[in-house]
Amino acid sequence: MTVYESWDAARGAEIIAEHAQLEGATLVILHALQEAFGYVPEPAIPMIASALNLSRAEVHGTFTFYHDFRHKPAGRHVLKLCRAEACQAAGGAALAARAESKLGVSLGNTTPDDRVTLEPIYCLGLCATAPSAMFDGRLVGRLDEARIDALVAEAQR
Amino acid sequence: MRLRVFIARDAGAVAVGADDVASKLEQASAKRGVPIEIVRTGSRGLYWLEPMVEVATPKGRLAFGPVSVTDVASVLEAILADGPHAIRLGIAEEIPWLKRQTRLTFARCGVIDPRSLADYRAHEGYRGLEHALTLTSDGILADVTASGLRGRGGAGFPTGIKWKTVAQTSAEQKYIVCNADEGDSGTFADRMIMEGDPFVVIEGMTIAGIAVGATKGYIYIRSEYPHAVEAMNAAITAARRGGHLGSRICGSRHSFDLEVRVGAGAYVCGEETSLLESLEGRRGIVRAKPPLPAHHGLFGKPTVINNVLSFAAIPFILAGGAKTYADFGTGRSRGTMPIQLAGNVKYGGLFETAFGMTLGELVDDVGGGSLTGRPVRAVQVGGPLGAYFPRALFDTPFDYEAFAARDGLIGHGGIVVFDDTVDMAKQARFAMEFCAIESCGKCTPCRIGSTRGAETIDKIRAGERVGENIALVEDLCNTMKFGSLCALGGFTPYPVMSALKHFREDFGPAPTRLQAAE
Repeated sequence: MTVYESWDAARGAEIIAEHAQLEGATLVILHALQEAFGYVPEPAIPMIASALNLSRAEVHGTFTFYHDFRHKPAGRHVLKLCRAEACQAAGGAALAARAESKLGVSLGNTTPDDRVTLEPIYCLGLCATAPSAMFDGRLVGRLDEARIDALVAEAQR
Repeated sequence: MRLRVFIARDAGAVAVGADDVASKLEQASAKRGVPIEIVRTGSRGLYWLEPMVEVATPKGRLAFGPVSVTDVASVLEAILADGPHAIRLGIAEEIPWLKRQTRLTFARCGVIDPRSLADYRAHEGYRGLEHALTLTSDGILADVTASGLRGRGGAGFPTGIKWKTVAQTSAEQKYIVCNADEGDSGTFADRMIMEGDPFVVIEGMTIAGIAVGATKGYIYIRSEYPHAVEAMNAAITAARRGGHLGSRICGSRHSFDLEVRVGAGAYVCGEETSLLESLEGRRGIVRAKPPLPAHHGLFGKPTVINNVLSFAAIPFILAGGAKTYADFGTGRSRGTMPIQLAGNVKYGGLFETAFGMTLGELVDDVGGGSLTGRPVRAVQVGGPLGAYFPRALFDTPFDYEAFAARDGLIGHGGIVVFDDTVDMAKQARFAMEFCAIESCGKCTPCRIGSTRGAETIDKIRAGERVGENIALVEDLCNTMKFGSLCALGGFTPYPVMSALKHFREDFGPAPTRLQAAE
């Protein structure tokens, strides 16, 4: 699991200033903020807009378009299961259902105790060692029931 | 004796334990008192053999695989004694699956240390750029055109013509953009080359910059590929330090520099105009064409935008290989294609070969059929927007036109294998559902059509007025195909229509076929 800083406007401004000079900096800044805080805090949106001379609507539009950017912090662990075709062909659907039932949440949700966020992902490029997953940034291929169970157990610890 | 061992740091190898094998081997050799050097390479692309361990011998690199952590000690003994082992594969280059390939683009992948500029240069790296620097812009364009290279992202547009269009524009700033948003399931060639031979991508982009007069390039890599991002950034830093990027590259009058940008999980950003919007910091909304990116691309400037594999093919072509490259292939599909075998397949991995092998040879012979051992029922070629092919069409040769003639596409060269347990109505529904999730929302057929399509297929699967609803889906596909602005809405009908056409028996209430197969 990754430890994030808690939101701080001065720190946010510093991160924004670090990248503001780049051409088309919005995504770079959103990524950097999420890396620091674990999500993109709402107060950062007008700050980005003002630093890049954009409207709040433009920045909000960019922020909300992309699946990656979080509006609130994820659980302590994030388990992403590939749900794309190559993993489907290799039995990924049954494994995803198994993870859902073990964790008691459906894909796209966080357990009530905030321990685990379970998410679908569309292709990790590990299609020749399918089905695959990413657990807190670590890649796992050739998933089977035992490996899914081990990941779920690790996530619940 | 000092051992020199090669283990992939490729994400696909790491996902099945390559890091653990490497550290275990280090411990085991220390315990044994054997000095060892472990070089972390890219993957050779023989994924069913990963993690592969190769050791340098006078006869070549001796390979073992797949090596699990528990095998490490015995593999080390077999290496030291030059003795037999159950997973001893012989000399890597002699493994038939690798030997029968034609590796032009992937020649170095899995061989060299992707972090070492010196290693790249020692394996013919930067010969293409050196030659390009002796040519005029027209000379470079002539080589690219003569090679017959077509865009490897999927559309297959002739690369030489695209570059020439940008070269002929006049602007104070032009850009080179590498589309590394490899979102198609079943494809991983871009990831492999970026992780295993990143300098070849840099070299290809640099040559493009010189050819068209661009001084700045961007590589847009999807966020699902953190290893590729890291590898490209490390290579860019090394290339800059070595004078191969920056001002006056290799002592010439040309300047060119590169920057990696990371996507944010939007599949549609693999579409070139959507990618440009994203690079500019906006929502990845597709632009109408014309104007073409070649005239009005990134930040409104003339832009060459090509797939990773297109750029990676360039150094070989410019190093005097244009004619050799063109001599491979068939019809208007010249050169080689890195084909990716994925999904439920016995021998999954990357197989680079000249265009023209049949789909059946690729799936049954090279791929060895399904991993589960059940009959192969369908393969999807070209990603989520590609058609499903039944066995009856396995005689289709792998080239752009042959696939188009059978209402399919080769796309980025991915082949996903399904066995006979697949429910094709479910796959057709997924195609619509995926389009609905990923639609940028700009045009109606894609935005609304995909959702209505998924709903209608649900009705068919529930047995509700099956005939009428199938007719409705076909009509909807027609609207999406001709009324969408880009390939997302325009090509989603391929998987849907091919499933309907070739696997009609799956569309209806509770397929009886599955029960029959049990």
